[in-house]
Amino acid sequence: MIEVRKLTKSFGNQVILAGVDLRIESGESAVIIGRSGGGKSVLLKHLIGLLQPNAGDVFVDGERITRMNERQLLRVRRKFGMVFQGAALFDSMTVAENVAFGLRRHEHLTEAEIACRVAATLDLVDLPGTQKKKPAELSGGMRKRVGLARAIIYQPQFVLYDEPTTGLDPIVSDSIDQLIIRVRDQLNVTSVVVTHDMRSARRVGNHVFLLHDKKVYAHGTPAELFGSQDAVVRQFIDGVADAKEMPQFIEGVTEAKEIVL
Amino acid sequence: MNFLAGTWVGKWLVGLGRLAVMTRDAVASCLTFKASRRDLLYQIYFIGIKSQAVVLVTGAFTGMVLTAQTYFQFHKIKMDTATLAVVGVSMCDELGPVLTALMVAGRVGAAIAAEIGTMRVTEQIDALRTLATHPIDYLVVPRLLASMIALPLLTIESIVLGIGAGYVVGTQLLGIDPAYIYYNLLKHIGDIDVVFGLVKSFFYGGVIALIGCYKGMSCGMGAEGVGRATTEAVVYSSITILISNFFLTLVLQHLYLMMIS
Repeated sequence: MIEVRKLTKSFGNQVILAGVDLRIESGESAVIIGRSGGGKSVLLKHLIGLLQPNAGDVFVDGERITRMNERQLLRVRRKFGMVFQGAALFDSMTVAENVAFGLRRHEHLTEAEIACRVAATLDLVDLPGTQKKKPAELSGGMRKRVGLARAIIYQPQFVLYDEPTTGLDPIVSDSIDQLIIRVRDQLNVTSVVVTHDMRSARRVGNHVFLLHDKKVYAHGTPAELFGSQDAVVRQFIDGVADAKEMPQFIEGVTEAKEIVL
Repeated sequence: MNFLAGTWVGKWLVGLGRLAVMTRDAVASCLTFKASRRDLLYQIYFIGIKSQAVVLVTGAFTGMVLTAQTYFQFHKIKMDTATLAVVGVSMCDELGPVLTALMVAGRVGAAIAAEIGTMRVTEQIDALRTLATHPIDYLVVPRLLASMIALPLLTIESIVLGIGAGYVVGTQLLGIDPAYIYYNLLKHIGDIDVVFGLVKSFFYGGVIALIGCYKGMSCGMGAEGVGRATTEAVVYSSITILISNFFLTLVLQHLYLMMIS
C-alpha cells in the first residue's frame, strides 16, 4: 500500500504540488492523469523517494519514506520497479546486461541462472533473442519493453510507469498497455501509471486520479471518472483547450476541490 | 549567511559543501568495499592504460626541453654535468606529478563529467537509484579508487621517461659526459623526491575523479548542461591541482624536515 499525505513540492519559487493526498491499495492498478507539466512525474518520483517533498509524507507499506536518507531508501526501493519515460537504459550495456542489472547487484546467482531469468523476462515482454543488442539499436517501443523487463526481473511489489506510451504510435501504445496488464496479472504487482493518454488510462487502470491545480482534483474508477460531468474532468477527458467550447460545460470551477466519484 | 544566497560566493560555497559531502560518502563507501571489482578494473584500464600515450609523450618532451634549457643556462657557468640533476629533481617533485595530473584531468576528468552528466540528463542515474543502487557506490567509488591507483603509476612512467629522454638529449645531442650526468643524477635525487611526487599524484588522482564525478552528477539539463559540466570539470580540477601543488609542496617539505630533525 502506498499513501501520500499533504504532499507539497516546489522548485525554487514554482509550486508544483500543493497538498496532494492519495492512497493506492496493494494489487491495485492506479493511473494518475493530468496536464503536461502538472506534476504527475514529480508525484511519481516521490513515491519511490527519488525526490524529497518540502512538506507532507509518503508511506510505503506503512513505513514513512520521506524521512529516510539515500542508503535507507535503497532497502525500500527493492520493493519497486520503475519504467522511465525515455526508458533510461544504460547505453554502455547490452539489453541482457541492462535487464540483469538488479539481479547482479542484489542476488547471488550463477551466470546460467541469470541468463535463464533474463531470457524468461524478455519473453514476457515479447522481446526474445534481443539479449546482445545495444539500446541504440532498439526502437522507442522496444526500449520501453526492455525498461519494463529491467524493472520486473526481480519481481517487485510495485511497478511505476512514467508516461509509458508517450511518443509511441497507437499500435505500439496498445501493445505496451497490454503488457502492463499482463505484468499486473501474471506477477500480481501494484501498478502506478502516469499518463495523459486517456485511452491507456481507461484500459490499464482500476483507480484513476486526476491531478489538477497542484492537487488530486478527482479520483474514482475509470467508469466513474470518464462518466463525470464535472467541467474540469470533462475538459481533460475530452481534450478541449477552451472549456467554454464544451457542450456539457456546466459551470466555471474557480477553485480546485477533491471530488470522490 | 543569507546575505550570500544567490551570489557567486554563496553558490561556490554551496558547491564546495556538496563536494565535501560527496567526498565523505565516497570515502565511507570505499571503506565498506561496496564497489564491484569488475567496475574498478575497467576504470583502471580506462584511466590508467588508455592514458599512457598522452602521459608518456608529455613526460618525454618535458624532460627533453627541460634538459636543453637547463643545459643552455648551465653551460654559461660551466656546470653542464649538473643538467640532469636539475631535470631529475624537477621531474620527480613537480613536473612529473603536475603535468601528468593536468593531462589526465583533460582526458579523464572531462570523460567522467561527460559520461555521468549524460547519465544524469537521460535519467540513468535515477534508474540506478530505482534499482536500489547508490550512485556513489556504482559511479564515484570505482572512478575514485582507479584514479588514485592509476595516477601514481602514470607519474612514475612519466618521470622515468622524462629523465630517460633528458639523458639521451644530454649525452647524444648536447655532448655531456654520461658518467658525470649519471653521477650527479644519483647524487641529487633522493628517495624523498620520488615519495613527494607519488604522494602528490595520489592526491591529484582523488581531485580529478571527485571533481569530474561531482560536476557530472550536478550538471544542468540538456546538452548545454553536459558541455558546461565537462568544461568546468577540467578547469576546476586543473586549477585545484596547480594551487594545491604549492601548498602540498610546503606541507610535505615541512613534514619531511620534522621527520629528519
